[in-house]
Amino acid sequence: MKLNRRTLLRISVASAAIGFGLPARAQGIDELVIAYNVNLPSWDPTVGPSAVNPTIQGMYQSDFDQFILQQPDLKPAPGLLTEWGWNDDKTQVWMTVREGVTWHDGSPFTAEDVAWNLARVADPATGSPIQFVWGTLANHRVEGNKVIADVVQFDPTIFKWMYFLTGYVLPKAYYEQVGAEGFEAAPIGTGPYMVEKFERNAFVRLKANANYWGGKPEFETVTIKFVTDAAARVAEVESGNSHVTLEVPYEEYDRLKASLTGVAAPISDIGMIFLNDIEVMTDPNVRKAAAHAIDKQTIIDRLLSGYGVRIDTLETPEYDAYDPSITVEYNPEKAMELLAASGYGPDNPVKFKIQTTKGFKPKDYEMIQAIVGLWRKVGIEAEIEVYEIAKHYELRAADQLAPAAFYNWGNSVGDPTTSTGFAMFGPSPHSVWDGQDLIDMIGPLWGEKDEARRIEGWKAVSRFIADEALVIPLLQYVQPILSAPGVVVTPHASGALLPHLMKRA
Amino acid sequence: MQLFRAVLLRLATTAVTLSGVALIVFVVIRVVPGNPIAMMLPPGATDADIARLTAQYGLDKAIPEQFFIWASGVLHGDFGVSITARQPVLDLVLGRLPATLELSIMALVIACVLGGAAALTGTRGRGTGAEAAIDIANGVALSIPDFLWGLVLVLLFGVLMPVFHISGRVTPSLDLPFVTNFYLFESVARLRFDLWADIVSHMFLPALALAIPLAAIIGQLLKQSLKETMHLDYVTLARTKGYGENHVILREALRNAVLPTLTLVGVQFTFLIGGTVIIERLFSYEGPGEHGD
Repeated sequence: MKLNRRTLLRISVASAAIGFGLPARAQGIDELVIAYNVNLPSWDPTVGPSAVNPTIQGMYQSDFDQFILQQPDLKPAPGLLTEWGWNDDKTQVWMTVREGVTWHDGSPFTAEDVAWNLARVADPATGSPIQFVWGTLANHRVEGNKVIADVVQFDPTIFKWMYFLTGYVLPKAYYEQVGAEGFEAAPIGTGPYMVEKFERNAFVRLKANANYWGGKPEFETVTIKFVTDAAARVAEVESGNSHVTLEVPYEEYDRLKASLTGVAAPISDIGMIFLNDIEVMTDPNVRKAAAHAIDKQTIIDRLLSGYGVRIDTLETPEYDAYDPSITVEYNPEKAMELLAASGYGPDNPVKFKIQTTKGFKPKDYEMIQAIVGLWRKVGIEAEIEVYEIAKHYELRAADQLAPAAFYNWGNSVGDPTTSTGFAMFGPSPHSVWDGQDLIDMIGPLWGEKDEARRIEGWKAVSRFIADEALVIPLLQYVQPILSAPGVVVTPHASGALLPHLMKRA
Repeated sequence: MQLFRAVLLRLATTAVTLSGVALIVFVVIRVVPGNPIAMMLPPGATDADIARLTAQYGLDKAIPEQFFIWASGVLHGDFGVSITARQPVLDLVLGRLPATLELSIMALVIACVLGGAAALTGTRGRGTGAEAAIDIANGVALSIPDFLWGLVLVLLFGVLMPVFHISGRVTPSLDLPFVTNFYLFESVARLRFDLWADIVSHMFLPALALAIPLAAIIGQLLKQSLKETMHLDYVTLARTKGYGENHVILREALRNAVLPTLTLVGVQFTFLIGGTVIIERLFSYEGPGEHGD
């Protein structure tokens, strides 16, 4: 064999490959490897900060079941609870518990488990961050395969929380036996996968639950690697080290979807601009002009490569109170007229500050830069202030946001209370708009027992908010998912990447 | 007696320094923007819920009182429990520190080898194109930060030529018999060279990314020291005795020239341990840097 430089290089690479073992590209997909964008700090999905972190719910839903199953289109379906509802005067709730389900350790799942879980998260001593919801039920009791609880305070969304944050079912007997620390070390649930090995900050290895009530998952073994850097996730799928990844830059998604399989579907996260009723934002002409001057579709097309859905209310098309007839048109001429009515114009611009994160969400800072550019044309001079997301939470809770502030809002149950409600109801620590007229509109809806009237009420609220420009909704995000050829991923509108929804082609 | 006094003095100084650092870090973390309770607030939480959680985590107390509680715990060996991970903080740190130490040691070894080779080659070929090439390479290596080297290495040896692993510390499917978190050293002690190769394959790229800028510093300093040493009388004497250039450099000049480099390496190692955060994140390497979340 003639030894030249090229041959030498090949031999070197081959030798190294033999020595270290080539990554997974050449192997079949017996073990599905997913490069996940976040770490999993804790295995208890009901307490602590992790419990309310939307980005890790997909990992929880692999090991645990929620009380009620949520389908990929956000609609509820029978899960561990097969039926549920209120009594006629809505003073009690009842839930029918699925029979024949077993925990990962083989012990039977019972109605007692459901009652214990509901009582546990309702107890302030457990540290449940959603205690204020679960505490609206009391006196949980078991009658056969039914669980009954008294309604302390009527909450129309109580069953929706059963497939939302902290709505998970843990094993009563096992948890009491091993305690919180033991549960962290070896968590068991009734979910489609069982935790086989967990290396903190590195990976979790899952084994398919052959006895899963919803049918055994397609892939016998799934490894979820925690790859928090977006560039590293791109390299993971491109090199074949991982078969599936998510949340990669849209440009990389477009580049790689030709050689890999790509799916980009809208999720329940939206981008929006909070308007605080201070300074110039108390002038309706300024607010309305700011809303009409933004060309949302062009921003989505140019900055997000078209991956986004324009929205004009805080409700996306998948939400229960979405009303497509409510629109806010892009009309710079109208914006200039409105500003002129208040004495402003390009030569005498209205001035305020807009806050934004930079790199927290795709192109967040760039979007605000584009919006500020559009505003400048009509007579709005906005000064951009970049802050960390932690600062945003702190300022919002203290009602100290700037007159305008960019944020993203997630609402994976699609109920108007958990989007428009908490974002816009003045007394809520999540809202910075304190107008009494809006408080009066929203107030009665919290306890409205007639579901149709409740939804119509929220649609009226959305129309009022849009007409008065009390907030500027921008877009619904699209989640890019890349997978190896041969792996079909079903996207979930909540944004959760669920291994049991992945199949072989 | 004098030694005992010196040790006591050093211990006292260390205790004061640690207390000062702890106080500064504790206070700074609490005054910078970001309220952990606001971060964990779900939609719908009321002001009463905020107050309840704030009290539950002891964040409603004055900062001096919080510090006193924390410091008292530390003196009793209790560093507290992580709010996020719900695990003892000491266990979390000690569990991951070995990973960073191993990575830093490997990076240092690579840096010494690369830097030493560059310095010796540059000295051997001083005044020629080889020296110029070494100087340019050193300049490039030094001017590019380690995380950028990391990205380049991922692209080259993780994607274009997938020779090395680009994330994690070990292949998840392997059965790990380790009782310590020093995987690299323990795999050698157990004669498990299959595991050793896997661990090295995971460590090599992040270690190389950390090593390249350091190698440039070592190379420059050692080359400069060697050049100065080469003009000393005892080196000239060695030449007049008829020793070849390689012998003169390696056996005569290097021994003296290496001393400043050794001092630098010692100092740089401490910086290396602290500087692994970004690289650990880029390579999803499970050291304390990955605890950033």
